[in-house]
Amino acid sequence: MIGRVRPMLLPMTMLVLALALSIVPLGDRVAPYRPDWVPLALIYWAIARPRHFGLLCAFAMGLALDLLTGSLLGRHALALLPVVYLALRLHLRIRVALSWQVAVTVVLLLALYHFLLFWIDGVGQRAPGAIAWAPLLTSALLWPVVMVTLGGFGPDRMRESQ
Amino acid sequence: MPAAESGNRQSSALLGVRLTLLAAVSAAMMILDNRDATALTRFRQAASVIVYPLQVGVDQPFAAWRRARETFAAREALLEENARLKSRLRDLDVRLQRMATLEAENVRLRAMLDSSVRVADRMLVAEILAVDPDPHRQRFTINRGALNGVYAGQALLDAEGVVGQIDIVDALTSQAVLISDSNHGLPVAVNRTGLRTIALGTGETGLLNLPYLTNSADVREGDLLVTSGLGGVFPPGYPVGRVTAVQRRPGQSFARVLAQPSAGLDRGREVLLVMDTGNAGPTATANGLAESGR
Repeated sequence: MIGRVRPMLLPMTMLVLALALSIVPLGDRVAPYRPDWVPLALIYWAIARPRHFGLLCAFAMGLALDLLTGSLLGRHALALLPVVYLALRLHLRIRVALSWQVAVTVVLLLALYHFLLFWIDGVGQRAPGAIAWAPLLTSALLWPVVMVTLGGFGPDRMRESQ
Repeated sequence: MPAAESGNRQSSALLGVRLTLLAAVSAAMMILDNRDATALTRFRQAASVIVYPLQVGVDQPFAAWRRARETFAAREALLEENARLKSRLRDLDVRLQRMATLEAENVRLRAMLDSSVRVADRMLVAEILAVDPDPHRQRFTINRGALNGVYAGQALLDAEGVVGQIDIVDALTSQAVLISDSNHGLPVAVNRTGLRTIALGTGETGLLNLPYLTNSADVREGDLLVTSGLGGVFPPGYPVGRVTAVQRRPGQSFARVLAQPSAGLDRGREVLLVMDTGNAGPTATANGLAESGR
């Protein structure tokens, strides 16, 4: 466990950074295009370290996001949980997939996240329009950058430990 | 391999159970929070202390940038600003003198009418920490919380007019709903005629909607809207906005009236919190006309 502390430093920093980036004030023009930093980070670490970053972590991050944005408590948490669940269930398959297939899977997971958010808000009350899907585009563009900078998913720790 | 396979199956079953449990917890929290905003107040306050450093941390670079810009502002710019502020101060002084006489007169008349007197409200200055990143929601976070005496429903003003009201109070911060939020309604009166109505937010920063004015209502473009004080949330008499469009539609029973808020809803960093005015307390907000949903 002592040896595990250091490898946890990078993921933890990334998650906190993702939280910070999702509340950084942006101009009115740019704000709709803000990428989904938190889901992106959670999906990445759920695939890279499924042992350490599971549903509890997603739940905590979701609640933090709810507190930071002042939304209904549990709104982001509920939207993040199924996304991370799928990432965890599929992580072995995603690991061996081609990089474009991984990217497509990630975008689909993020689409699910947005769909859940709209569903929770009650889409009828406030028809979101096409701009609401803009974060999906920017997140899709961001994903390859994440993969390249972090050098893929790293060794399969789940396998190693078994 | 079979062992690993069964281990996988077992862990995936466990995963499903955990998903169901956590999702149920979040759904329960949402239902509780939606039914009654006070139910989770204690949890919110405790948890917000954990995320508060992050909020401040995110604000720091921006604050530093503002400070730096102020420090290195060009001399001409400062001189120009100084001149502008001086002339504005002169204007306001003149107006204030008139205001003083008017206020005295008002007090006298009110005394004659034997009604309650409200001369000045106590204000608390707050700084905007963060704006809600969701472009559909008109909300922001300020750096005053329950420890500073902030309460839910408290009115928020700036130098030009009404900004919004407090929705969620945390220990050190609180969330405010702007009057332009699509879930916000504000009881107003047309200053020229005293006609009362309700101004609804539209979700756009520079636009208020007054849907409950009939075609025959006496309202014109340029009319000043002030808070009517009904509903007990906002103190009466503060400017809300100016009517920008009046469209009378013969086929409909209500006219289409739009207004522009006078407060700088998307500008400025400081807002004023109206402290307890005596006639509008925390108890009066519960059944106020100006309710905010979330």
